[in-house]
Amino acid sequence: MTSSTRAHVLQYAAMLLLAAFFLFPLVYMYASSFKPDALVLSDADSFAGFLPTPFVGLENYADAIERASVFRSFLNSMIISGGIVVLGLVVNSLLGYTLARLRFRGRTLLLAAVIALIIVPFEALAVPLLYLSALFGWLDTYHVQILPFVANPLFIYLFYTFFLNVPAEIEEAARIDGAGPVRTFVSVVAPLARPAYATVAILGFLFSWGQFLWPVMVTRGIDVRPLALGIGTFKTTPPVQWGDIMAYGALMTLPLLVVFLLFQRYFVQGVASSGVKG
Amino acid sequence: MTTPVGSVAPAPPATGRGWRQGEARTAWLLSAPALLGLAAFVVAPFVLAVVFSFTNQRLISPLPTRFIGIDNYLSTFGDPAFWRGFVNNVIFVGIVVPVQTGLALFLAVLVNSKIRARVAFRTVYFLPVVTVMATAAVTWTLLLNPSGLVNAVMGVLSAGTFSPDWLGSTTYALPAIMLVSIWQGTGFQMIILLAALQDVPEELYEAAELDGAGAWRKFRSVTLPGIRNGLIFVVTVTTILAFRLFDQVWIMPQIPGGPLDATRTMMLHLVETGFGEQAIGRASAVAVIFFVLVLAVTLVQRRFIREEAGG
Repeated sequence: MTSSTRAHVLQYAAMLLLAAFFLFPLVYMYASSFKPDALVLSDADSFAGFLPTPFVGLENYADAIERASVFRSFLNSMIISGGIVVLGLVVNSLLGYTLARLRFRGRTLLLAAVIALIIVPFEALAVPLLYLSALFGWLDTYHVQILPFVANPLFIYLFYTFFLNVPAEIEEAARIDGAGPVRTFVSVVAPLARPAYATVAILGFLFSWGQFLWPVMVTRGIDVRPLALGIGTFKTTPPVQWGDIMAYGALMTLPLLVVFLLFQRYFVQGVASSGVKG
Repeated sequence: MTTPVGSVAPAPPATGRGWRQGEARTAWLLSAPALLGLAAFVVAPFVLAVVFSFTNQRLISPLPTRFIGIDNYLSTFGDPAFWRGFVNNVIFVGIVVPVQTGLALFLAVLVNSKIRARVAFRTVYFLPVVTVMATAAVTWTLLLNPSGLVNAVMGVLSAGTFSPDWLGSTTYALPAIMLVSIWQGTGFQMIILLAALQDVPEELYEAAELDGAGAWRKFRSVTLPGIRNGLIFVVTVTTILAFRLFDQVWIMPQIPGGPLDATRTMMLHLVETGFGEQAIGRASAVAVIFFVLVLAVTLVQRRFIREEAGG
């Protein structure tokens, strides 16, 4: 064996081993979601854990849906994440574009402020926000779970760096044709920024779909609770049906998986062309 | 795009006084929604947190709010539970940030090489990121139970001498949380570093090769300097996220905080104080301390990294 083929084999071995490390909990989760509750735990110590045998079909899924009112929570999660992502794309890209392209007094200061806000952790704001939400009677609503996350300094910064890299000539051409800043943005710049939009959409969806702390704080009933909190209902109401929990987890992860696999091309491109990589 | 970019001559500035004034107005108009959001949901609560931290504010209370000076800070600094969370946070950050960044860089280099199936490998490494943390935490809780798969593997590796009750042990609960965090977070860092790697000009590698540089030498002198900015971003963001550790420590141990507070973090402490005890004043003090700490660490880190590179 030559040294280069040996290096090749070594590299594949390393990659496979790492792939196993990242995959095995997921395989275990999906396999467990198709087998009897009692076997989930007892099979957890061997390879049987990775096989959906004995196969019980969608029984766990049906149980999980019934027990945790999955449809309701799913709808809630879609409304919340959808609201955050859609509103966020509009609002954050507009500010990002303004900072990158328009000249006005206070621009530099505004940019510095946005960057400084990136490091403010949401958790440090959660308590006063909770107080304000209670004060305004916003508890147990959708908007209390959406509005605080729409304007996002990190996403504004990502759009800003992306728009900086759009060649100015393209815009100048539109302006000479008599388009104002708004029309230039909508018809020329925004379409070019598709990778940036895709990246921010995926990141926003990812962050919001799994949110846990804030919904725990501002919601009580299941009426407006997102999916992520539902997993708690299984642990608190005995007996623990592990198969159902795994089915619930699989259901919750599915939308993220679909979104990611559909848009991953754009995503990698977007990360590469935006400021994420620094 | 129908306009051929190359053919456009250096454009005359589309100025004129009216346009310029209009531009400023448009700028504020376009910025307004985001600025309103930031003001209402970031700046205002932050200011409020600072104010609350000097009062005895409670979530719901018949008593009027009183200014109590630095009492909240004193009682927080005098609370062993807070310090426990602080120490755990520091240990967590100190281990997870370097390990996760190193692993992410390793993965990025692996999937950046021109080999078959690299996209498939990249997707697999990224899959945990698209798994909701609450789900991942529950799955890992099963795998980490004393007779779970992790111990089955450990048993083989250590010839049956090592099989701790991970989450029930004061020694291994925090490492178990670290393992789950690294498993879930590395893929994200990998993608960012991968993008940075792909930006390193190929010519630099060729030049290094001509100079007779080996693989390691190329990595040290071409790759690392080339992805400096990406690395800085990854380290900074990972540090901030690591300090915010909450979901895993809330879900995984039998009781939040773990055995003898082995997995208590500052965020857990904040939530228990503000939400559990409804002592908003004291929780705000924790929040302010937390913010100052993260800010300080971020600034020190940036400075350190800058100097390192400049020297």
